Amino acid sequence: MFLDEGDIQAIWLTVRLAGLVTAILLVLGTPIAWWLARSRSRWKGPIGAVVALPLVLPPSVLGFYLLLAMGPNGPLGKLTACLGMGALPFTFWGLVLASVFYSLPFMVQPLQNAFEAIGDRPLEVAATLRASRLDTFFSVVLPLSLPGYLTASILTFAHTVGEFGVVLMIGGNIPGVTRVASVQIYDHVEALEYGEAHRLAAVMLVFSFLVLLALYARRPGKQKD
Amino acid sequence: MDMINARFKVDWPGFTLDLDLQLPGRGVTAIFGHSGSGKTTLLRCIAGLERAREGLLSFNGDIWQDARTFRPVHKRPLGYVFQEASLFPHLSVLDNLRYGQKRSAEKIVSLDQVVELLGIGHLLDRRPDRLSGGERQRVGIARALAVSPRLLLMDEPLAALDLARKREILPYLERLHDELDIPVLYVTHAPDEVARLADHLVMLDGGLVVAAGPLAEMLARIDLPLGLGEEREVVLDAVIGQRDPDWHLARMDFAGGSLWARDRDIPVGRHVRVRVPASGVSLALQPAGQSSIINSLPGQVEAIGDAEHPGLSLVKVRVGDVSILSRVTRRSVAGLQIEPGKAVWVQIKSAAVVE
Repeated sequence: MFLDEGDIQAIWLTVRLAGLVTAILLVLGTPIAWWLARSRSRWKGPIGAVVALPLVLPPSVLGFYLLLAMGPNGPLGKLTACLGMGALPFTFWGLVLASVFYSLPFMVQPLQNAFEAIGDRPLEVAATLRASRLDTFFSVVLPLSLPGYLTASILTFAHTVGEFGVVLMIGGNIPGVTRVASVQIYDHVEALEYGEAHRLAAVMLVFSFLVLLALYARRPGKQKD
Repeated sequence: MDMINARFKVDWPGFTLDLDLQLPGRGVTAIFGHSGSGKTTLLRCIAGLERAREGLLSFNGDIWQDARTFRPVHKRPLGYVFQEASLFPHLSVLDNLRYGQKRSAEKIVSLDQVVELLGIGHLLDRRPDRLSGGERQRVGIARALAVSPRLLLMDEPLAALDLARKREILPYLERLHDELDIPVLYVTHAPDEVARLADHLVMLDGGLVVAAGPLAEMLARIDLPLGLGEEREVVLDAVIGQRDPDWHLARMDFAGGSLWARDRDIPVGRHVRVRVPASGVSLALQPAGQSSIINSLPGQVEAIGDAEHPGLSLVKVRVGDVSILSRVTRRSVAGLQIEPGKAVWVQIKSAAVVE
């Protein structure tokens, strides 16, 4: 194998992190996206803006605030202390939590678009056919928004894989705990190990390309079955 | 008691609805009006798809909505046909039909029965995007029937279709009317559909009820400012009594006698609806002697009203058990001394089976 043990460890950590974050966001993002797609509340604008914040905020800013919040005097830190879980910064779970915030819009926005595209009519039809709201969600909304779910999952996974700034702020650089692939590359470069950096960077490049290929290749001709 | 009681008040920007209706719990009730008259909103309020600010709704004694209750749509025993068929695109025709059927507690109508009734047996494996517009709407109607509804709501089911597709579906709707004992509320702005399908008529305008009652009675009311279409007419329930192949005519027997009209290849004994426009009916004090008019029936003048032009009058004449409208000049009314109670001969020049 042309990757060393540290690289493989970093990749494995990255995959675990991204997979976990995607799974959490599938559960968390669905109701948020549903609410944003269906609500006529005046809070829709502000909430939508908060969800989209990570798109424009420098990762270091987000990471900084999360670090404060998770610290011993922050609200999250106090909560975890109360629950006897210890401090979150510089742990894997701290990274997971931060990544959930960081990748939220990448899950919510495609889902929101998918839900909005369905419109009111199929929901009304389902209701006149005796389906309750929850039943309607699983029997009509979910199948009709499957492409949206796929897009949202791919984007969330890929975006979490690519994060760097937030990881440095929250997680630091602990091998096997918080040292993800992007940080590992940074380390290689810092240590002037250009060869190693090249290899890992190539892996990331190919991965990113494949993800985008999967995303774009699905677009045309999806009517064919 | 077979009855729908509906009272709704809706106040939206630019739109109000304020009505109090007793609708019969059987037969087809047409809810007729122009766009914006509130007919679709009324239907949606009855279904529970729209929640009127003030509403009182009961169906055969069951309260569906009052000040405290609002029964959710999926718990109301109704079927709903939308203007566009709105089939679920991810399900086959059969699975679309099953969707409601398996969720419904009532199993009075079988899947085979609705499939047969709407002639969609050859489409069951297809996906909705592989159907024509007419086929799609037939599946939509079948899907609504498959839940065994106790009330069927239809919101302009033919409006999105072209004339040929309408002709394709109308016979199925007639069969539905004849074979299933499900009360139907049928929203439409098409006079032809009312003439062909409705037993009762509710006329809406600007969110208010203009008039409501049995179709024949409603069409013969001369106090109403509006008819179904441009012209006033009545629609008679009749049975084909005899066909005359030599002259291509058919005799239609109705509750006031019989009349001859063009033969439309409809077999003897079949139930038909005959349209008699007021402009095709003239009045005489004697039976038609030497005249081209072949239908001459004795009757009695019930009322005289205004027609659309100051030179014209509408005369409502009782013929047997039905009323027929005649549009004549005001001068004729004066010249013949036509007044309520007077015996006259109704001469029907044009009458046609509703198609």
